Amino acid sequence: MDPPSKRTRIERRMDRIIYVLFSALILVSFVGSLLFGIETKKDGGDYGRWYLRPDITTVFFDPRRPSVAAFLHFLTGLMLYGYLIPISLYVSIEICKVLQSIFINQDQAMYDEETKRSAHARTSNLNEELGQVCTILSDKTGTLTCNSMEFVKCSIAGTAYGRGMTEVEIALARKRGETLDEQRDIDTVESREPVKGFNFRDGRIMNRKWVNEPNRDYIEKFFRVLALCHTAVPEVLDPGKIFYEAESPDEAAFVIAAREVGFQFFKRNQTSIQLRELDRSSGEIVDRVYELLHVLEFSSARRRMSVIVRNPERQLLLLAKGADSVIFERLSEEGRMFEAETKEHIERYSEAGLRTLAVAYRELDDDEYKRWEQEYVKAKTSVSADRDDLLDEKADMIERDLILLGATAIEDKLQKGVPDCIDKLAQAGIHIWVLTGDKKGTAINIGYACSLLRHGMKEILVMLEKPGIEAIERDKEEFAKAYKIVEKQIDEGISQVTGESNTQFGLIIDGKSLIFALDKNLIIRFMELAMKCATVICCRSSPKQKAIVTRWVKSKTGRTTLAIGDGANDVGMIQEADIGVGITGVEGMQICYFFYKNITFGFTLFWFEAYSSFSAQPAYNDWYMSSYNVLFTSLPVIALGVFEQDFSARHCLKYPSLYKEGIDNVLFRWIHILGWMFNGVLSSVIIFFLTTNSITGQAFRKDGQVADYSILGLTMYTCVVLAVNCQMALSINYFTWIQHLFIWGSITLWFKFLLVYGSIPPTLSTTAYKVFIEACAPSIRYWLTIILVVIATLLPLFSYRAFQTRFQPMVHDSIQTRRP
Amino acid sequence: MTDTDRGTQRDRHSAFSLFTQQSLPACKPVLTPEWVIMTFLFIGFIFIPVGLVTLRASHSVVEIVERYDIGCVPEPFRIDKVSYIQDDSIPKNCSLSFKVPKYMKAPIYIYYQLDNYYQNHRRYVKSRSDKQLLHGQNEHGISSCQPVEVNNDRPIIPCGLIAWSLFNDTFTFIRNRAELKVNRKNIAWKSDRGHKFGKNVYPFNFQNGTLIGGGKLNPTIPLSDQEDLIVWMRTSALPSFRKLYGRIEKDLDVDDVVVVHLMNNYNTYSFGGKKKLVLSTTSWLGGKNDFLGLAYVFIGSSSVTIAVVFTLLHLLSPRHYEDTSYLPWN
Repeated sequence: MDPPSKRTRIERRMDRIIYVLFSALILVSFVGSLLFGIETKKDGGDYGRWYLRPDITTVFFDPRRPSVAAFLHFLTGLMLYGYLIPISLYVSIEICKVLQSIFINQDQAMYDEETKRSAHARTSNLNEELGQVCTILSDKTGTLTCNSMEFVKCSIAGTAYGRGMTEVEIALARKRGETLDEQRDIDTVESREPVKGFNFRDGRIMNRKWVNEPNRDYIEKFFRVLALCHTAVPEVLDPGKIFYEAESPDEAAFVIAAREVGFQFFKRNQTSIQLRELDRSSGEIVDRVYELLHVLEFSSARRRMSVIVRNPERQLLLLAKGADSVIFERLSEEGRMFEAETKEHIERYSEAGLRTLAVAYRELDDDEYKRWEQEYVKAKTSVSADRDDLLDEKADMIERDLILLGATAIEDKLQKGVPDCIDKLAQAGIHIWVLTGDKKGTAINIGYACSLLRHGMKEILVMLEKPGIEAIERDKEEFAKAYKIVEKQIDEGISQVTGESNTQFGLIIDGKSLIFALDKNLIIRFMELAMKCATVICCRSSPKQKAIVTRWVKSKTGRTTLAIGDGANDVGMIQEADIGVGITGVEGMQICYFFYKNITFGFTLFWFEAYSSFSAQPAYNDWYMSSYNVLFTSLPVIALGVFEQDFSARHCLKYPSLYKEGIDNVLFRWIHILGWMFNGVLSSVIIFFLTTNSITGQAFRKDGQVADYSILGLTMYTCVVLAVNCQMALSINYFTWIQHLFIWGSITLWFKFLLVYGSIPPTLSTTAYKVFIEACAPSIRYWLTIILVVIATLLPLFSYRAFQTRFQPMVHDSIQTRRP
Repeated sequence: MTDTDRGTQRDRHSAFSLFTQQSLPACKPVLTPEWVIMTFLFIGFIFIPVGLVTLRASHSVVEIVERYDIGCVPEPFRIDKVSYIQDDSIPKNCSLSFKVPKYMKAPIYIYYQLDNYYQNHRRYVKSRSDKQLLHGQNEHGISSCQPVEVNNDRPIIPCGLIAWSLFNDTFTFIRNRAELKVNRKNIAWKSDRGHKFGKNVYPFNFQNGTLIGGGKLNPTIPLSDQEDLIVWMRTSALPSFRKLYGRIEKDLDVDDVVVVHLMNNYNTYSFGGKKKLVLSTTSWLGGKNDFLGLAYVFIGSSSVTIAVVFTLLHLLSPRHYEDTSYLPWN
C-alpha cells in the first residue's frame, strides 16, 4: 500500500477556498457579461450611443448579436477578474515554507551538542501543520529514552546490588508522595568520574570490596560471564583506556560493568579472550586467557546467547545470558538455588523500568562436550536449507542444566527533559499515544516517569494478559471469549470517562487486546474511549499494530497526527501519520490575507466596470495591474509567513495552551476566512466610493483641472496598495526591521514605481505618463483622499480587533496583553 | 568555557545570527484598551478639524451650473430632438443668461459637463493611437483606432473614436453688453501638449468621412496646440464628467447678469445625455465638493463615538490583567 500523501490540511482547505473564489469569479464575470449584453443590445436600438459607432463594430460589441458579445465579454471578464484567484499565493507559500525550513535547520535551540547535528526539515511541505498537531504517536526506545544503556543494578546469588535510584523509581516515589531520601546512601568513596554506560553504585561491590562478600564466588562468576559472554571487540585507544565496539548498547554496558568491577576484557582473537582480573589468593592483577571454543549467538527467537570457553584451569564452561523466562526454564535442579529471590528482583527491576537479563553458567565435562561438538560442527558445515534450525537445535542441546547466577538490570535513561516536555504537550491539549513493546508494568511505570500518567489521573486498563487467558489466538472459542472481555473493558472505560468529565484519564491497552480493539466492530468505541483520554499507552504492541493504530487515529480524529520514532519498526507508523515530526506556530492568517488583498483589488475593478457600462474596461493601467501581486503586495505576505511570531519561543513554552488554538485551527476557520473575504469586499467598496466621490466631478486642484480616468485609476490604486499593506501592518504582532522594510518598503516602492514608470515615454507608459508627478502629487485633494480612504478601510478591522481583544479574547490575545 | 563555546556565544549576538535565529529586536504592538481609546480619539481629533476645514474650503467656492441641452432646442423640435440636432440646416445658436449669486474671484473656470456619456467604455477608450498623435503620418499602429482609422485608404489624423466624437459646443460670455474674454490657452495638461501630441502633426483629413461625428479641427494648427482635442482625449473616469473649456480672468460681482451665446452642436439627445455649463471658482482644494469634508467629519465622529462606547464598556466590565482565572489552563 502506498503511504498516504503528506498534503497539509491547510493546503486542502486552501483548495476549497480557491473553489469558492473561482465561483465568485464566474459569478462576477457572469453578472458583468449579462449586464454588458443588455447594454450592448440597447445600442442596437434607439439608445444611440453614436460615439461608440454601433453601426460598424466587431463581434465583441455587436449590438445585433448581443449574446455572442456577452459570451466573449464573459471570457474577458474571467481574465480581468482573474485577480480574485491568488495564483501567486501558491508561489508565496512555497517561498515561505522553504524559508521556514531554512530557519528550522538553522535553529540553535534545536541543535544537539552531543551529536553535533541540528534539526533537519526534510520536506518544506508540512511546516504549518506543526502548529495543529492534535495527537502524537511515539515509540518508546530511542524516542522517549536515549537508547543509551546504563548498568545500574544486579542480583547475584539472591542478593540485590546497586543502590542508585532510577528515574522511574524517583517518579514512583513521588507519585506515592514519599519524600526522597536526599542521601541516597551513595558511598562517599565513590566520587569517581562518571563512566558512560555504567551507573552502578554499591559499596559492597565496588573498589574490590566484593572479595569480602559471603557469596564472592558467585560474584566472580557472574562478572566473568558478563566479561566473556558477548561479541564485543575491545579497542585500546590510549593506554589504559579501552572502548568496546558492541552490537547493542546493552552488550557494551555489560562489558563496561565487568571492567569497572575488575574484570577487564582487553583482548579478543579468533580463539581466545583475555581478561585482566584480580587474583584473589595473591591480591594481584593478573592477565588470564580464556580459550574461546564456541559462540552460540543471540537471536530474537532464542532470546539468549552463550559462549563455551576453557578457562586457564582447563575447566570447560558454558556461560549464558538471556531473557529471564528462557533461562529459568533451562536451569538444572541444583541451579535453582536462588530462583525465587532472583525472580522477585527481576519483577522489581522491570517495575522500575529496567531491562533485565538472567545470567547463568554450567560446567561441561570433556566427553559430553566432545560428543556435542562433533554434532554441532556437522550441523554448522551442513548446507541444507534448515541449517539455522539445526544449529539452534544443537545449541539447545548444550544450553541446559544451567546454574543460575543472577540477573542484570540496565536502565534506558529517559531523554533529558522528557517529563517536562510531555507535561507541556499535555497542557497544550495534545493527546499522546505511546506504542511500546514493553511489558505492562514497565510501560505504566515509564508512563509515570515521563509524566504521561500524572498524579490525579485515572487509569483505564484494557488487558488480556491476565492469568487464565493464555494462548487465545489459536482457539476459536477462546477467541470469542477474549473479544467479549475486551468489549466489556472498553464499554466500562467509556462509561467511566463520560461519567467524570473533570478528571483526566490514561488508557493502557496491551497488544493482544489491541488485536480485538482494532476489529471493525469495536474500533469506533475504542477510538471514542481513546480520544477522551489524554494519554494512551499501548504496551506489547507490534510494529504492524503501530501503523494500524496510527491510521485509525488519523481517520477517526480528522486532525493532524504526528508520529515520532527512531527505529525501523516505526517506519509504518511514520508513513501513516500526517507528519513525521516537530512543534509551534499560528498560520492561516497569511492565506486569509492573500484572499483579502486580491478580493479588495478585484472588486474595485468590478465597481469601476459597473460604471463603464460593463465594458470590461480595467480601472487601472495595465502595468499597475500586473505588478500588483508581484511588486507591491507580495513581500509583506512572505514576511508574515516567515517572520511572524505572535509570541517569543519563551512565551510559547510558558503558556502551552496557546497551542490549543492551533489544534482547533481557530485562525483558519471558515468563519475567519469569510470574515476576511467580507473585509475585502468592504474595503473595495470603501475605496471605490470614497475615491470617486472625493475626486471626480469638480476640479480636483486649485488650477481648475479635473480628475480623469488615469487620475482616478492612480488614486484608487494608491489607496488599494496603502490599505492592503496597512491592513497587514495591523494584523502583524511582531515588528522587526524586516517587517517594517517589507511593508513600508512596498508602499514606498509604489511611489517610486510611479515616478519611474511615469517618466518613460507616453507611447509605453500610456495613461500613466507623468500623472503622478504632474497631476496628483501637487494636489492636496489627492493626499487628503488617500488618507481618508486608508483610515476608513482600516477602521472596521481595527474596531473589530479592539473589541474582540478586550471583550472576547482568544487565548493568544489574553497572553499578549499580559506580556510585559 | 572552551573556545568553541565562546565562539558560539559571540556568534549568537552577531547580526546574521540574530536573523537566522529569529531573535531580532522587535516591537510587539498590543491592543490594550488604553491604546485603542487613544487611537480612536486621535483619529477623531485629527479628522473632525480637517473635515471642517475641507468643508469650509468647499463652501468658499462659488459654482454656477446651467443645464442647456433641453432649453436650447426650440419648442417645435422638442418632440424629436435627435432629428433637430442632426439637421444641419437649422441654426444651432442659442443663448441663456444667469445671475451671479455671489462675488466670484478670478480665475473663474468654465467647464462643460456631460452626463450619461460613457467615455470610459472599453471600445471607446481603446480607440486611439498614441503613436500617431505624437508622430503623425504612420501606417502602423493605427489598427487600434478601429472603427475610425482610415478614410480613402489614408489614415485619419487623429484617428479613433475619441477624436472623432470631439465635443464641439462653443460658448461666448457677455456681461453688461461687453464680451467677457475667455482664455482658452493652457487648459490641457502640459505633459500632454509637450509629449503626447506632436508639434508637426496636422489634422489635414479629419472629419472628411461620410459620417461626421463631433467637432472639426483647424488643419493648419498642429495637434499640440489643439487644446480642446487634448482635453477631450483625456478620457473621463465616470459617465458623468466635466471638462475644462476655458478661464474668465475677470472677477464677477454679485447680481451681475451673464449672457451666454452658445452653439448647441453636440448630439447628446440620441442617448439621453445631459449637457451643462459650469462656472466655478476654486479653493486650495479645487472645486465645490462637500463629500470629502463630510466624509472626514463622519469618520472622525464615528471614531470618537467608538472610543466613547469602548470606554464605557471597558469601565462597565472591569478586568484585571493579573487575573488569570479566565485562562483555560487554570
